[in-house]
Amino acid sequence: MSKQLNVALIGNPNTGKTSVFNQLTGLNQQVGNYPGITVEKKEGICKLPKNIKAHILDLPGTYSLNASSLDENVVIELLLNKNDKDYPDVAVVVSDVENLKRNLLLFTQIKDLEIPTILVVNMADRMERKGISIDVPALEKELKTKVVLVSARKRIGIEELKEHIVNYRHLSTEPCLNASSMDPEYFNRLRNAFPNQSLYKLWLVITQDVNFGNVNRNSIGIKEDFITKDDSTLKRLQQKETILRYQFINGALKKTMSVDVNAAKGLRAGLDRILTHRIWGYVIFFSILLLIFQAIYDWSSYPMDFIDESFARLSELTRSVLPAGPFTNLISEGVIPGLGGVVIFIPQIAFLFLFISILEESGYMSRAVFLMDRTMRRFGLSGKSVVPLVSGTACAIPAVMAARNIEDWKERLITILVVPFTTCSARLPVYLIIIALVIPEESFMGFNLQGLTLMLLYMLGFGMAIFSAWVLHKILKIKSRSYFVIEMPNYKLPMFKNVGINVVEKTKAFVLGAGKIILAISIILWVLASYGPGENFNNAREIVEANYSETFLPEEELDELVASYKLQHSYIGNIGKAIEPAVAPLGYDWKIGIALISSFAAREVFVGTLATIYSVGSDEEETIKSRMASETNHILGGPLFTLASGVSLLLFYAFAMQCMSTLAIVKKETNTWKWPVLQLIIMTAIAYLAALLAFQFLR
Amino acid sequence: MSKTIADLKRGQRGIIKSFSAETIPLKLLEMGCLPGNEVELVQSAPFRDPLYVNINGSHLAIRNETARQIEIEILT
Ligand SMILES: Nc1nc2c(ncn2[C@@H]2O[C@H](COP(=O)(O)OP(=O)(O)OP(=O)(O)O)[C@@H](O)[C@H]2O)c(=O)[nH]1
Ligand SMILES: [Mg+2]
Repeated sequence: MSKQLNVALIGNPNTGKTSVFNQLTGLNQQVGNYPGITVEKKEGICKLPKNIKAHILDLPGTYSLNASSLDENVVIELLLNKNDKDYPDVAVVVSDVENLKRNLLLFTQIKDLEIPTILVVNMADRMERKGISIDVPALEKELKTKVVLVSARKRIGIEELKEHIVNYRHLSTEPCLNASSMDPEYFNRLRNAFPNQSLYKLWLVITQDVNFGNVNRNSIGIKEDFITKDDSTLKRLQQKETILRYQFINGALKKTMSVDVNAAKGLRAGLDRILTHRIWGYVIFFSILLLIFQAIYDWSSYPMDFIDESFARLSELTRSVLPAGPFTNLISEGVIPGLGGVVIFIPQIAFLFLFISILEESGYMSRAVFLMDRTMRRFGLSGKSVVPLVSGTACAIPAVMAARNIEDWKERLITILVVPFTTCSARLPVYLIIIALVIPEESFMGFNLQGLTLMLLYMLGFGMAIFSAWVLHKILKIKSRSYFVIEMPNYKLPMFKNVGINVVEKTKAFVLGAGKIILAISIILWVLASYGPGENFNNAREIVEANYSETFLPEEELDELVASYKLQHSYIGNIGKAIEPAVAPLGYDWKIGIALISSFAAREVFVGTLATIYSVGSDEEETIKSRMASETNHILGGPLFTLASGVSLLLFYAFAMQCMSTLAIVKKETNTWKWPVLQLIIMTAIAYLAALLAFQFLR
Repeated sequence: MSKTIADLKRGQRGIIKSFSAETIPLKLLEMGCLPGNEVELVQSAPFRDPLYVNINGSHLAIRNETARQIEIEILT
């Protein structure tokens, strides 16, 4: 086996680490022009010259080794723990040529840990436009390491970087800053106590607690009782350290880099004048949201109709081609309609991801954060909660994780707790089919009425999120150390390859993830619906015939009656009847009840479940929608899907916490079951009440 | 009373003089907010909060309460 090298990509947020990672490994991790896209470490393999394989680690961006939020802490924990299996043999610090000075702060810190460090100056393609020139050999001398100009977009400098990684043993590990100059007496004491450790590493371990939790001191053998200094002295020393580092950096750059100031400015200033304007900024922000929802609804209806009909035809085809029997029934009645229920939403979900991805790639997201911070703060959120709330419209799971870069724990917790109220893409299937059934297809003031309803539902989701944030803000007693700093990146033309990859990957993940659950559930449901206990099920035909012996019925109608009688007395029918009393006050029958329960695994299962249940009950070639439209409410009479029951269902899905994966991620992010369990109970209670009120009121 | 970043008008610049070490997040320092550096107010949100500033080439948004703690000398 050839030796494997550990390489870690480290750098400030949004400098292109993930883009470099993708170039090195040929993988497609998500990139975006917003600080904090990557919040966890990602790994990949890269083939280097001389037949050496490197294990590449992509890390969340961090401004320095003094962590102030959870995603930043990942990097520090890795670098302080030599025993970590990922501990790098060589660190590649990725920097943005336009912010080189600030990026070098982190570089000097990593270099001082005495890890071989290569400096990548990324986005080199922008140098000319910005009037920047760098004397690379001179900079290498100043920083005592190799420097590579790279453009991850244009794939420049990647081969050179690989060369340097292979030859990492030749890199000097001499520190940039003499740490002991901060406080010579103290550092001498440290050195004598731990002669084998890098001084700067000791310093880092000692100071971590000041800002942020729990680096394990024992990992390098500092005893708890080794007397450190009081917090404010340490803080002052950290400031001194920062100032010393900047002095070093300024010195190094003065000789090696020049910027032609006249070339700079330009696009950013012009766009920011409008996009962050105190009036136009908001008008544009809300117009963008409006556009997104209108697009999701209008543009995707064509491919959706096509998919719906194709699946109905496919079902019919399998039935006529395969030999009749239980297996064919399983395929044509269970699996195909179930899967059709997911596939149909691909167009909409793809559109949603497309828009979010463009917003992130262009740099607009940070502007939205800036515009919304003050408003959000009133509700106990941070401007940075905008990103989880907006991307929560795609899926709550990445959204909950995106909350990691919120510095303040209380604001972060509240964000995590309320994000599941935003309308995620899994709710779309349910919304769309119900809207299509109960809202007339008319125009109102030039807007499509159905589209407007959808938009209302989105606003309801946001509104509920904001409102419950406000309530939590008032109830939760958590001491917060509120501060907020966010970088406003340069505007960039979205890279279509990145956007495209993003959309495809996310859509694929949605379809496969949901597909698996739906496949499993639709098979279980089909079995439960096709078999039943006792007399009533087995002798269905005789019983029905006996009931209708008086009247003459054509063969077809009789078949239908038998099928529905069978369904009612199947296993699932029995289960459904048992729960019907609980859902009847909301306007649902037992079939919806079953769909409701199965969608506690994941919301998008709802339509698939209904499709499976209904198609077992009928033999005709029909689309899911027309099948649902013809259902009748056997308790109250009349059609099952009316405005009242429809609105009630919409509200139930708007508020209920029906997603196992979200609960799991909330548990992971908050480290306790307390919050996800509370979420589940409270959200579901709200959903039930809202649905109950709506149905009883509108009925 | 001395001026702070919160007193800047849009487009105006200043030189950072000092701030109270206790209350300013280290992160801000690390992003270049150090005595002697130049700061420009790029844009302010309604009610002057948050503020979008350019400190030493870093474009950042900070809240008003933080901005008020950073003393500057206003350049005309
Ligand atoms: N012009 C140009 N843009 C680039 C280059 N490399 C990356 N970008 C863009 O810079 C932005 C940030 O890239 P990412 O790879 O997501 O950066 P990151 O460092 O992983 O960011 P975080 O994960 O948020 O810390 C994206 O919009 C990229 O398309 C480059 O070489 N040139
Ligand atoms: Mg990244």
